[in-house]
Amino acid sequence: METTENKVREPLFHIAKRAYIPWYKAWCIRLIAILAAFIICGILSFIVIGASPLDFYSALLKGSLGSQRKIWKFLKDAAVLLCISLAVTPAFRMKFWNIGAEGQTLMGALATAACMFYLGGKLPDALLLVVMFVSAIVVGSIWGTIPAIFKAIWNTNETLFTLMMNYVATCIVSYFLIIWTPNGSSSLGVLPDGHLPIIGNEYLLIILITVFIAIAMYIYLYYSKHGYEISVVGESYKTACYIGIDVKKVIIRTMILSGALCGLAGFLIVSGLDHSVTTETVGGRGFTAIMVSWLAKFNPAVMALTSLFIVFLSQGSAQVSQNFDVSPAFPDMITGIILFFIIGCEFFIQYKINFRSRKNGGKK
Amino acid sequence: MDKLINYLLSAIPLGMTFLYGSTGEIITEKVGQLNLGLPGIMCVGAAGGCMTLQLLSGTSLPGVLVVTIAIIASFLSAAAMGLIYSFLTVTLHANQNVTGLALTTFGVGTMKFIMSKITAMASASGTRYLYAIKYFRFPFADNTTFKYCGVMVFLAIIIAIVTSFVLNRTRVGLHLRAVGENPATADAMGINVTAYKYVATLVGSGIAGLGGLFYIMDYAGSQEAYLGISALGWLSIALVIFTLWKPVVSIFGSSLFGMLYVAGSYIPSIKELHVSMKATPILDMLPYVVTIIVLIITSATKKKENQPPASLGLSYFREER
Amino acid sequence: MSDPINSEIRKNTASGKDVVLEMRNITKSFGSIIANKNVDLTVYRGEILAILGENGCGKTTLMNMISGIYYPDSGEIYINGEEVVIKSPKDAFRYKIGMIHQHFKLVDVFSASENIVLGVNDGKKYNIKNVNNRVREIADRYGFNIDPKKKIHEMSVSEKQTVEIIKVLYRGADILILDEPTAVLTPQETEKLFDVLRKMRDDGKSIIIITHKLHEVLAISDRVEVLRKGEHIATVNTSETSESELTEMMVGKKISLNIERTEPKNPELRLAVKGLSGKDAEGTDILKNISFEAYSGEILGIAGIAGSGQRELLEAIAGLQHPESGDIIFHNPKKNKPVTFFHKDLHRVKELAAKGAFHYEDGSAVSFSGMSNKKIRELVNSGKVLFNEDEIIDLRDKTPLQIKELGIRLSFVPEDRLGMGLVGNMDIVDNMMLRSYRKGKSVFVDRSKPDILAGEIIKELDVATPSAHTPVRRLSGGNVQKVLVGREIAVAPKVLMVAYPVRGLDINSSYLIYNLLNKQKENGVTIIFVGEDLDVLIELCDRILVLNSGKVMDIVDGRKAGKEEIGFLMTKTDTYAANNSEEEAKINGNN
Repeated sequence: METTENKVREPLFHIAKRAYIPWYKAWCIRLIAILAAFIICGILSFIVIGASPLDFYSALLKGSLGSQRKIWKFLKDAAVLLCISLAVTPAFRMKFWNIGAEGQTLMGALATAACMFYLGGKLPDALLLVVMFVSAIVVGSIWGTIPAIFKAIWNTNETLFTLMMNYVATCIVSYFLIIWTPNGSSSLGVLPDGHLPIIGNEYLLIILITVFIAIAMYIYLYYSKHGYEISVVGESYKTACYIGIDVKKVIIRTMILSGALCGLAGFLIVSGLDHSVTTETVGGRGFTAIMVSWLAKFNPAVMALTSLFIVFLSQGSAQVSQNFDVSPAFPDMITGIILFFIIGCEFFIQYKINFRSRKNGGKK
Repeated sequence: MDKLINYLLSAIPLGMTFLYGSTGEIITEKVGQLNLGLPGIMCVGAAGGCMTLQLLSGTSLPGVLVVTIAIIASFLSAAAMGLIYSFLTVTLHANQNVTGLALTTFGVGTMKFIMSKITAMASASGTRYLYAIKYFRFPFADNTTFKYCGVMVFLAIIIAIVTSFVLNRTRVGLHLRAVGENPATADAMGINVTAYKYVATLVGSGIAGLGGLFYIMDYAGSQEAYLGISALGWLSIALVIFTLWKPVVSIFGSSLFGMLYVAGSYIPSIKELHVSMKATPILDMLPYVVTIIVLIITSATKKKENQPPASLGLSYFREER
Repeated sequence: MSDPINSEIRKNTASGKDVVLEMRNITKSFGSIIANKNVDLTVYRGEILAILGENGCGKTTLMNMISGIYYPDSGEIYINGEEVVIKSPKDAFRYKIGMIHQHFKLVDVFSASENIVLGVNDGKKYNIKNVNNRVREIADRYGFNIDPKKKIHEMSVSEKQTVEIIKVLYRGADILILDEPTAVLTPQETEKLFDVLRKMRDDGKSIIIITHKLHEVLAISDRVEVLRKGEHIATVNTSETSESELTEMMVGKKISLNIERTEPKNPELRLAVKGLSGKDAEGTDILKNISFEAYSGEILGIAGIAGSGQRELLEAIAGLQHPESGDIIFHNPKKNKPVTFFHKDLHRVKELAAKGAFHYEDGSAVSFSGMSNKKIRELVNSGKVLFNEDEIIDLRDKTPLQIKELGIRLSFVPEDRLGMGLVGNMDIVDNMMLRSYRKGKSVFVDRSKPDILAGEIIKELDVATPSAHTPVRRLSGGNVQKVLVGREIAVAPKVLMVAYPVRGLDINSSYLIYNLLNKQKENGVTIIFVGEDLDVLIELCDRILVLNSGKVMDIVDGRKAGKEEIGFLMTKTDTYAANNSEEEAKINGNN
């Protein structure tokens, strides 16, 4: 009986889905991956730009934490990124792959700027801010809901749909820029009215608002009936039907929320920071947000950490490129490499590699 | 009339950039991999090719060889990006969307970095990689007839036709499509799913990378051209949907996209049409809107032949029994 | 144990025919469950061998070991007298073995030919026209009806099956294994398939057909190998056996399980299903004019071979599927019970009041005329308004949510526990909430009650779990089932439907489930129990409804019915086909 078994050449290892991994082990794996990524990046920058590892890492640190101003900027950028990440999260928890945050945020930003442009000076600032806020949310949610409706009715591929919507949004913004700038420069400049009030630091309000949204989102996802329905739909369509959840309704409702929050992020960017709008207002953060949300496993608390981490990386490596006088594109490379490591390490959390001991011996 | 001809002569060759991109992406998507890293891959393809040309600038190799080496280098550097993507998504089962987006971030950054390096090297040596533009034309023919289309225009069309043939008429193509449609069935029929996914992604990425090289060295032929590549990459993904995953349709589709892409700057310049310059962005929107409409129509009609490959975006894991 | 029979047959038939495949002493287990135990099997050239047995007797597992899907724990396989190792379907193809699975492995958007040639690497240049021609050749030879260019998604189930069979023949298979090939076919299609199989047999192919339909065994096979609970029971020549003998071998002697069973108390009509008909996802008729009644305080068993419409029936009652015709009448025991606003529908209450459906405690009629809505609410909420009669509601075309909002407490333990009944990645508390999370006006979920409930279920049903906050997918099968059944019972249902509640459970857990069901029965709950083990059905259920291809064959008394009787009802076909197959059997017998 043994003989037949020995004839079978078993592979050296096989991969199985883990049933469970304790949280500390998972974080250990992630930490190891991040460390490995940092080491690789250190080596790479030594080879490519001739930076000694010590200089590299200290510049990396100084980029975000070097001065009080840098720390505020660091926190502000992380807050904006976190805000957009929070916006895409409900959809992702539902397994609706909304990669249109870029466009939804941009449309929110455009709506905000439009209010500032047309109503600035005509309304008291407080009222203007309310109008800006509402229109940003409405426009953002419309942009998010269009693909959701088609998904609900015809199961139209939402990834490709939302992706295209991003570029339509960009074109709409450039159209309005042309209209708004009669000299044809397409550069709007700072709009004078409708700025978010400054409390303490100029970035403090935005950071506080984002923290508030994060807490609210956490509560929404984990403690509200809506959040519960989102989880059920995301986990199992069949179970959702079994307990009588109207899946189409949940999809559309969630995308309204997702789009609205993106619009809110656009409002914050325009009203609180840029006071203007360009096609680059969102600047790819809509895409980065997807990675932030995914890497955090759609948990708002962890998301705060991942967005801090990613902003830390990009500002740190910007400092590196400044210090060593290399292309400002260097940060993107570093961020990319570290992302690869983090994305890759999820495998070791999800799956277990069992090494098979070779059965030696046997008769015959 | 001249303007129309100028328009077409500017639009159709531009379309070849999309053709490279979409042919590459079709191959990748046909095997079930939704590679949103395409813009980054095209950027790296461009950077790899340009870097090679810069390195070759001191040598006195014949033009044909220079072009060939540049194309191979471009292909290989883009394929290397495909390798990163495949390793993460196929071997490590990572989410394809997230991996693709990270790859784009990385690829665009890498290209900009390499291009700045090239600029530094060029100012040191005195020759720019752009010297090779003349080789990308037809050195043996007069430059008036082939003023607007160089070697790589024809290469793009040949690749699209060959791809179409391979996908539809060969055993490899059949197996490749089976993997993208139903990896479990393909696996049961003894097809090596992992190998097919890897090879298709690598080859697809390599072809897409040529699009970047083509855009810089043939179509635009200028120093700053590389900044436009990533936008073209996203449009190439749109084109894949528009052509319903068919490379031959893509030959015409890419020309159409080329026309739509430059329409914004050409149509308003034709005074007879009375189109204001203000309409430029609205015209720019056309390719995306058209793609969305195609996407909606195909999903609404539910015609099986026109659907995306059934396992697109999903990773395949043969469950242990 | 059945060696004498075995050797006898070998002598009888081996005289004229060669042995092409032999399995000796095959054992295969999955964890603690033994699927096959020391099974022997011999296949001759040019014969049709039927493997007969109930669901879960290990037929498919045994065949999967020949086709390279599973690998036996022990035992040997011989092909043409040589010992072989088959570790993948590819190996099986090399030994000219091909299996047609119950679930087709086809690429939807490919044509028949493309599917057939998929994975074949014969070194020849690929040309689809040549493949088309080859396919037509094979089809002509055996009498298949197929268009090689037709796309799979345009095909009927029987056409798809044809593609699967040709796929195997194209690869040159000499031994064909068909797993329940007729389960998806109409009687006419079955006849056609059998014609083809006979032609293949006459062509020298060996065919193994897995089935649990007796008449088909008699109609098509030359020999029958009977398996029961993973063990080889007997091998007989079809011509020398009868339907009753096969049934007896298949179901075995009745085993006493000592499940307690009480007499139903005050049975009242609770659920009446009338003329229910419907199609499945593929468009074939799966429910055919089903009618039955279920009473309070009884367990109504549903017996039938897998795929006879059990799932569709339960899902239709639960509101998950909407049948084409028929009614599902629910009798809500409301007589003299207070009217509630459970369904939050004031309009409906007013409507019923206008019809004179309510009375006060003193017996006087209720009229809401002239009252404000607020007043009506207050009155109803005070509990003084009572129903005159039971509420009678048709559940057909109602969604699960609507059923719930009508105040109907209908519980359903589906077959697919982790895919439908529970969410694997959620913890026990969150799974408890699935049924109850909507309660209350708050936008937030209330986890305190589910938490208590989870604690109670863990304690009372003895669920082995690290804590109530463990994702249910980490629990073992039995514990998952306890959580699910516990939740469904916790809502104090009027009707409780359970599908295969003890599948995959060990003895202790199984008895725990039976006891739970019995307790519910004593509380007056109507229980509909879909089961596969006839012994259990006979000992647990008061009445047993036998489903056969979507039709109700009979409803038998659980206390009087015999195993053979139910087994026979489960497997026989309607008169027309049955007559036909008897004739066929005679013809075969004469051969």
